[in-house]
Amino acid sequence: MAKVTVDGIEVEVPNGASVLQACEAAGKEIPRFCYHERLSVAGNCRMCLVEVEKAPKPVASCAYPVNDGMKVFTDSAVVRQARRNVMEFLLINHPLDCPICDQGGECDLQDQAYAFGADGSRYTEAKRAVKDKNIGPLVKTVMTRCIQCTRCVRFSAEVAGTAELGGTNRGENLEIGTYVEKALTSELSGNLIDICPVGALTSRPYAFVSRPWELKKTDSIDVLDAVGCNIRVDARGPEVLRIIPRVNEAVNEEWMADRGRFSFDGLKRRRLDRPWVRKDGKLVAATWPEAFSAIAAKLSGLSGDRIGAVAGALADAESTLALKDLMAAYGSTNLDCRDDFATIDASRPDFYRFNTTIAGIDEADALLIIGSDVRREAPVLNARIRKRWTQGKFKVGFVGPRGVDLTYPATYLGDGPAAMSAFAETLKGAEKPMIILGRGALSRPDGAAVLAVSWALAAEVGALKPDWHGFNLLHLFGGQVGALELGFVPGQGGKDQAAMLGGGVDALWLLNADGFDPARIGADTFVIYQGHHGDAMAGRADVILPGAAYTEKEATWVNTEGRAQRGRLAVFPPGEAKEDWRIIRAFSEGVGKTLPYDDTAAIRAALAAASPVFGRVGEVQRAGCADMAGPAGGSVSGVPFVLPLPVYHQADVISRASDVMAECAAIYGPAPALAAE
Amino acid sequence: MSVHHEEPTSFAFDAESEAQIAKIVARYPEGKQASAVIPLLYVVQKQMKRQTDSGWVPRIGMDAVAERLGMPPIRVYEVATFYFMFNTKPVGKYHLQVCGTTPCWLRGSDEVLRACQDHAGVKHYGETSEDGMFTMTEVECLGACVNAPILCVDDDFYEDLDYERTKALIEALKRGERPTPGSTIGRLNSAPEGGPLVLTDMPGAGE
Repeated sequence: MAKVTVDGIEVEVPNGASVLQACEAAGKEIPRFCYHERLSVAGNCRMCLVEVEKAPKPVASCAYPVNDGMKVFTDSAVVRQARRNVMEFLLINHPLDCPICDQGGECDLQDQAYAFGADGSRYTEAKRAVKDKNIGPLVKTVMTRCIQCTRCVRFSAEVAGTAELGGTNRGENLEIGTYVEKALTSELSGNLIDICPVGALTSRPYAFVSRPWELKKTDSIDVLDAVGCNIRVDARGPEVLRIIPRVNEAVNEEWMADRGRFSFDGLKRRRLDRPWVRKDGKLVAATWPEAFSAIAAKLSGLSGDRIGAVAGALADAESTLALKDLMAAYGSTNLDCRDDFATIDASRPDFYRFNTTIAGIDEADALLIIGSDVRREAPVLNARIRKRWTQGKFKVGFVGPRGVDLTYPATYLGDGPAAMSAFAETLKGAEKPMIILGRGALSRPDGAAVLAVSWALAAEVGALKPDWHGFNLLHLFGGQVGALELGFVPGQGGKDQAAMLGGGVDALWLLNADGFDPARIGADTFVIYQGHHGDAMAGRADVILPGAAYTEKEATWVNTEGRAQRGRLAVFPPGEAKEDWRIIRAFSEGVGKTLPYDDTAAIRAALAAASPVFGRVGEVQRAGCADMAGPAGGSVSGVPFVLPLPVYHQADVISRASDVMAECAAIYGPAPALAAE
Repeated sequence: MSVHHEEPTSFAFDAESEAQIAKIVARYPEGKQASAVIPLLYVVQKQMKRQTDSGWVPRIGMDAVAERLGMPPIRVYEVATFYFMFNTKPVGKYHLQVCGTTPCWLRGSDEVLRACQDHAGVKHYGETSEDGMFTMTEVECLGACVNAPILCVDDDFYEDLDYERTKALIEALKRGERPTPGSTIGRLNSAPEGGPLVLTDMPGAGE
């Protein structure tokens, strides 16, 4: 540790820390543009100049290591003058277009010019102008505003792992861009907008839409992948205008994937905003009482074992619990939450959770990925793996389709389950080996066997220890784990989804279940679809109950680690749509099977009683493996793994309704590994 | 990148280039091959000169370097566009590089420039003559100030120029000749004009 005195305040910081970090430890604000704590240090903006005792001139604090006994001054006359001068240089070529700039109001340059700059410029010559670059449908560029901090260059090379941005030419002519006009291929490209300290990289869908102070900001959770990114939903009136990430070191650090960030315009399109009931083969608009009585009439004549329920990828925990309780009231144990036919064993939580936890990836020293394109299934989690890889001594093996680019090198082992044992020796040699099994690898006839074999491999290579749990299942969406935690799987004598389809039940309640082909439902099955988008499944329904999307309800979501997090209502559901668990609660009262909760607090108490994960919201209890006994399996086939999400940008009902995502899908197309076939 | 010229659609290193690359890449330790990016860009430029008479580095050539050295293409683009010595656009058969830095300028580089404009058919820096023979570029100090002013043609320095001698050089180039590089007034390397002026009585001097 080194003792550093910053403006008379003594702080202790680790050896090797920068002066800037010492200043922050002392609570001093140091202006900066190029420095970003999650990127390498560039030291080229010079805004963070401070005075260090005995140094002949001001030093760039971000790139200057501390020394024991160092005295730093952050507010001396020299420092203040140095900042004013640096700011004057930075503003020489920066246009004065703040009134039409989307960064206005949340711009580092604007704020710091105001706080640390001079009141005018002595520069009278012509400013340079830089041609705007087309780098894809998500990030808009106004390159004249660029101050060449190179944060975007470092982000794309270091965090995203797709080195496509760079600085070409030199001096006055230096330009940030891709040189060859192309759309960035990263699934994390939206983060460029956040890290750009000026208005050079802004959100294309949000261009000229709003000012930050007009927005109502609501903290929430992203559910469009299973990472559970912490987000802030910015809305004005009834409209979600943008979604940006919040910091959560244990989950998403400060990154967010593009699908979660940009598909919100899908929340405005193809919405189910009123109940519908099928009459004479045609769906007609109905009122809530009509819809409820149509369902009640159908269900009342059926025995419990002829009624079934399926919860889908985007179902929140509250409504899943309410539906489970309703089914129990009807005497039905035909429940399933694996609408993608993944043969997940819900008998023990560590069979279906990401047990290592996302933060635990930092400790792993070998990784085997089975049947999962982590980069497209969970981009932020993939960035975490990449971060671990950049620190060295980390071997990665991959089993799945050939040609998947994970952004870090992985030993390709083969395309089928038989190939995974080829990595056993490497895993055995590691202290903390990890296995990530993709949920998609279980959506196949021998899925149970794949699960069993993967678990057995984890046990064999020493990934299951009392102090280290290296077996991980990577889910795809935010609602999937919550339903498993609540045991939304066939009960005693119950039918699973495959048995319910094809006429296995007479009435089927689909809660956000869009993961399978509606044609597989028996022709005579009465289908109740509860959801928010008029996708294919709604077209098959006999009764449609309009629910709320994840931005429109107070709901609990469980990420792939088993971390329960609360999403909050940012805007109200459209039209007559309602919060999902309230729909089920209201229906239950109408049919005389009143569920025992009638407000949010009560259903949350019921959730906590149903599974301990809901009792510790925001946290995850990381544990080693206490019981090595694996799930039941069978014999695996040699069939190659198929990736579950063929098109990254259109994977769920919300993104399928989004114009922005449609444009992305047209530009980027299917994942390269699939396109190559 | 704004493209105002034809980019070739294919590029492959020829045998001569391959031999050079093998030698260059071997200089760097395993895993540090990206260090060879600058010499390899020269290899591309030289090969283009051999094959097309125009020494430049097309984008596809940069990609070939990136692939060979296992680095992201953008990292090669950055280097190629940073250094002035790599031509990212096609140049004429002869690349006239006029030094206009202070010593050359004081010694009459304006005359050299005028001679190029009058006789090579190029009016401005960065221009290529209509017949494709000459491209004229302004360069910074070439490091031969003692023999200023200098005109660098491709890799050869022609020194101690004035209007007439520059004109003669250009005419010779037009005829397909390649005058001997170096001083155009016959001085030896950077020795004083007309032979040694000091230490003339040293034994063996002046031979």
